[in-house]
Amino acid sequence: MITKVRNHISQNEPLLFERSSPGKKAYQLPELDVPGVDAGEALGAENVRPEIEGFPEVSEVEAIRHYTRLSTWNYAIDYGMYPLGSCTMKYNPRINELVARIEGLAWAHPYQPEALAQGSMEVMARLEAALAEITGMDALTLQPAAGAHGELTGILLIRALLEKRGNPRKKILIPDSAHGTNPASAAIAGYAVENVKSTETGLLDVSALERIVDEDVAALMVTNPNTLGVFEENIIPVAEILHAKGALLYMDGANMNALVGIARPGDFGVDVLHLNLHKTFSTPHGGGGPGAGPVAVKKVLEPFLPIPRLKRSGKKLTFDYKRKDSIGRVRAFYGNFGVLVRALAYILAHGGPGLRNATVDAVLNAVYIRKQLEPYFDLPYGSPNMHEVVFSDERQAKNGVRTGDIAKRLIDYGFHPYTVSFPLIVHGALMIEPTETEGKRELDQFIEAMISIAKEAESDPQLVKTAPHNARTSRVDEVGAARKPVVRWKP
Amino acid sequence: MYPENFRYTKEHEWVLVEGDTGTVGITDHAQEELGDIVYVDLPKVGAHVEQGKSLGSVESVKAVSDVYSPVSGEVTEANQALADAPETLNSDPHGAGWLVKIRLSNAGEAESLMSAADYEKYVGAEK
Repeated sequence: MITKVRNHISQNEPLLFERSSPGKKAYQLPELDVPGVDAGEALGAENVRPEIEGFPEVSEVEAIRHYTRLSTWNYAIDYGMYPLGSCTMKYNPRINELVARIEGLAWAHPYQPEALAQGSMEVMARLEAALAEITGMDALTLQPAAGAHGELTGILLIRALLEKRGNPRKKILIPDSAHGTNPASAAIAGYAVENVKSTETGLLDVSALERIVDEDVAALMVTNPNTLGVFEENIIPVAEILHAKGALLYMDGANMNALVGIARPGDFGVDVLHLNLHKTFSTPHGGGGPGAGPVAVKKVLEPFLPIPRLKRSGKKLTFDYKRKDSIGRVRAFYGNFGVLVRALAYILAHGGPGLRNATVDAVLNAVYIRKQLEPYFDLPYGSPNMHEVVFSDERQAKNGVRTGDIAKRLIDYGFHPYTVSFPLIVHGALMIEPTETEGKRELDQFIEAMISIAKEAESDPQLVKTAPHNARTSRVDEVGAARKPVVRWKP
Repeated sequence: MYPENFRYTKEHEWVLVEGDTGTVGITDHAQEELGDIVYVDLPKVGAHVEQGKSLGSVESVKAVSDVYSPVSGEVTEANQALADAPETLNSDPHGAGWLVKIRLSNAGEAESLMSAADYEKYVGAEK
């Protein structure tokens, strides 16, 4: 039974460029009451563009309607479930927005003197303390602007420490289930990347690690729970193997939302990790962000943290720039402040027990989905999952229906697709992460939709392979777009 | 399906050895698994490649995958036609979709790779 059908307005909206008519404008300025200045004279004629070719000219209402209509074609967490695995598309509570709009925070300027910025600095100091407590780490920087930026910062910290010890070493080990950003971050930090194969249960292979960890290994980058949503139960012996050879353990904190309030990376041997505030701590994602990827470290890495460091001296907070071992700046000012405010609001609104509840509910929701969908979809790794679950399209593929087709069909049922074809160790992956946001009713609707699609894949595979049918646009040519990208509109 | 005169790797590359030159590509099974290929990144002519090490990558709509060289030596030619027509890798992986030609530095190396029959068995078992 299908209880949710998407019914979308679908006007066809031209581009703003196509709406343009010369002379229209969306602003009205008062009469000039000072002598006019010729821009060419003031700036130099060569710096003045006589006109911007084809720049759209529209009225205010046309501009407003254009963007409002476009916004209705979007899908957002405020419309419904957004089960993108690994992305943790949880609801962004409105209290976060309210707090971030408090005048003194919203209008704070980064060049405000420290004496007049104590409130903003207190927000950052408290967030650092809260995140250190949650992760079990000793010190934090809030500077990195996103997860991958945090990864690079973390690896640079490891390099700095090892250099100080006399040898930066050569390579970083990365499991085959890792996020694609991990090898990229390691490579940018100047390390060679060595892939580590997972065991048949989808976990780190401890005996393989024992063989390959040597004096050339700088660190292992591991996501825990991993991208299959499975907790790396051997994480403590893994940390011991690394530490015995002088290597470090980096944890990608992308899946920290499965651990908050339950387990602390600092307690299971992690030396450095990044957090994604826009995942675990409910700040907006991507274009609605920006993101934030704070990096937490153990004491031994603290001297190398980026400058400036937030420091309490007496009753006052101050920024400390005099740190000789620091890797330097990684970001202007001290990170994306507005995002930091929202994350602290989330943490304080929940409190310890509330955060723990969120974790438990996130895991419960994912396990519920797994149990309900297991009879219909192939589950390549049977290990108990935490906050997300990864199926494969093996059964549907027999009828030519692949994970991408099922995802497109899900759009017809009014849901955002799950994550497709990731992690790479699962062939034809369907990666589903409901987050704690969803109640049972919404979860059941999603499950009904998935079961219905599984049945369609048997009875009418063509219907699924040509989906979406109810969306504003039918299936787009992704291959054509990637092979022959058209990156600029021309009349 | 798989040409008898090619040798094959576990990572799904093939090599055709003729004299001191090896022509390298990815197998039909590989292109099938990758899906529609949209971009191919090949080494420069003159580059040195080693058996089992990455020589470049192929990008499909799903993922970017390393291509591991089946043999060691110096790249003498890279298939430039793939830049404009990466789809050739899907349509003719064992022919026009070849990636690079390598002047072999170790002639016997390809002998350690799988024969067509062994590769077919290997792919069958993997499925």
